[in-house]
Amino acid sequence: MQLSQERYGDALVLIPVGRVDNTTTDALRSDLQRHVASSHKNGDRLVLDFSKVDYISSVGLRVLMLAAKQVREQGGAIVVAALQPVVREIFEISRFNLVFQCFGTVREALGKVSANAQAAYDSAHGA
Amino acid sequence: MALWVTFWGTRGSIPVSLDCASIRDKLAGAIVASAGKGLDTQEKARTWVDTELDFAISHTFGGNSACVQLDAGDGQYVLCDLGSGVRAFGNHVFSRDGPATKNVFHVFQSHLHWDHIMGFPFFGPAYVAGNKIRIYGCHPNIEEALRRQQDPPSFPVPFDSLSASIEFVTLQPGRSYDIAGWSVTARLQSHSGDSYGYRFVREGRIIVYSTDSEHRLDVPDEVEGAAAFFADADLVIFDAMYSLADAVSVKEDWGHSSNVVAVELCQLANAKHLVLFHHEPANNDDRIAQIWRETVRYEEISRTDRVLRVSAAYDGLEIEL
Repeated sequence: MQLSQERYGDALVLIPVGRVDNTTTDALRSDLQRHVASSHKNGDRLVLDFSKVDYISSVGLRVLMLAAKQVREQGGAIVVAALQPVVREIFEISRFNLVFQCFGTVREALGKVSANAQAAYDSAHGA
Repeated sequence: MALWVTFWGTRGSIPVSLDCASIRDKLAGAIVASAGKGLDTQEKARTWVDTELDFAISHTFGGNSACVQLDAGDGQYVLCDLGSGVRAFGNHVFSRDGPATKNVFHVFQSHLHWDHIMGFPFFGPAYVAGNKIRIYGCHPNIEEALRRQQDPPSFPVPFDSLSASIEFVTLQPGRSYDIAGWSVTARLQSHSGDSYGYRFVREGRIIVYSTDSEHRLDVPDEVEGAAAFFADADLVIFDAMYSLADAVSVKEDWGHSSNVVAVELCQLANAKHLVLFHHEPANNDDRIAQIWRETVRYEEISRTDRVLRVSAAYDGLEIEL
């Protein structure tokens, strides 16, 4: 699974697509680790845009947990945005909603991690 | 032939009991729920409690630590673990057979942590001469652990005062044994000091007892091994003590699993019925009922074809296979 990305100011929005399960998690893990490492170097805030993810398994959630742990150790920020209803349910059942700050939209998430990033988002989207 | 599984103890780590506040809340909940139901006789009230009132109000999941009975109706007593639930089981045997009846008990130990052995000093049949108790497990020091908990100053009755004949049998994991009419295979599990799951097969039906085990689905060998051990099971009794978030973060390497991993592993293994077991002692009845409902929902979300039935174990639960 390749993560597409969009930059808004000092925040990087990472966009996984499809099912995050045992068959796709390895690719997600390596891609996410690369972004987490570079975010430390560049001072980027990270937003995971889950609007195109329709399922995530325990293995996928564990990858998110490892990324969050590393980001926190680095003193950075990582949040989740735009969960589809079923994936939101999975976050609640697994209690990952207590680990990650989850926002309804990417714009809201950007506003949480960086005012500068939200302004860049509004500018890009004509708000 | 019907097979029965009876849960005498289902709680993890330490026994718990309902406190005054919990009973008060249950009573208040029942009174509110009964409004307008016209329950003006004991009979009507009992029927309503049994058939309509929410389980978390009308019952309790119970608080005894691990003890599960397998019953093939052949008079053989087969147990998994000697948690505090074995005391109630012993009383049941006395009630059913009378104290003078001599019985043989076959006990399979998952491991030797205190919550899994603490019931033995209170197991009435151990005090009756003529009873035979065979305790099986893969740990070489089961006898030492059981003797030690009855040594001074921990307990007033020494192990040697038990009148039953007590025998210890060390099993090898991965090897199949024929014991008390069951084909039994043990499997090493990830837990502090090691634990062992048991796969019981009888007349084509399969029961897996897998408690105190941290199943890591990100480790391919572990997934493959566990799925093979659980394969096509009619019943999987599974340690679902923690949430997934806890199990992969603050409680990683604490040796327990989650409801989410339970569902995924059972689906992978094509199991038919999952029973959530080894409940977190901090969870009250409402919380366990919530976890059960969420697990049922997660099974629906993650289902690929076959339906996996999901139950939450409670002290006194009987399941017929």
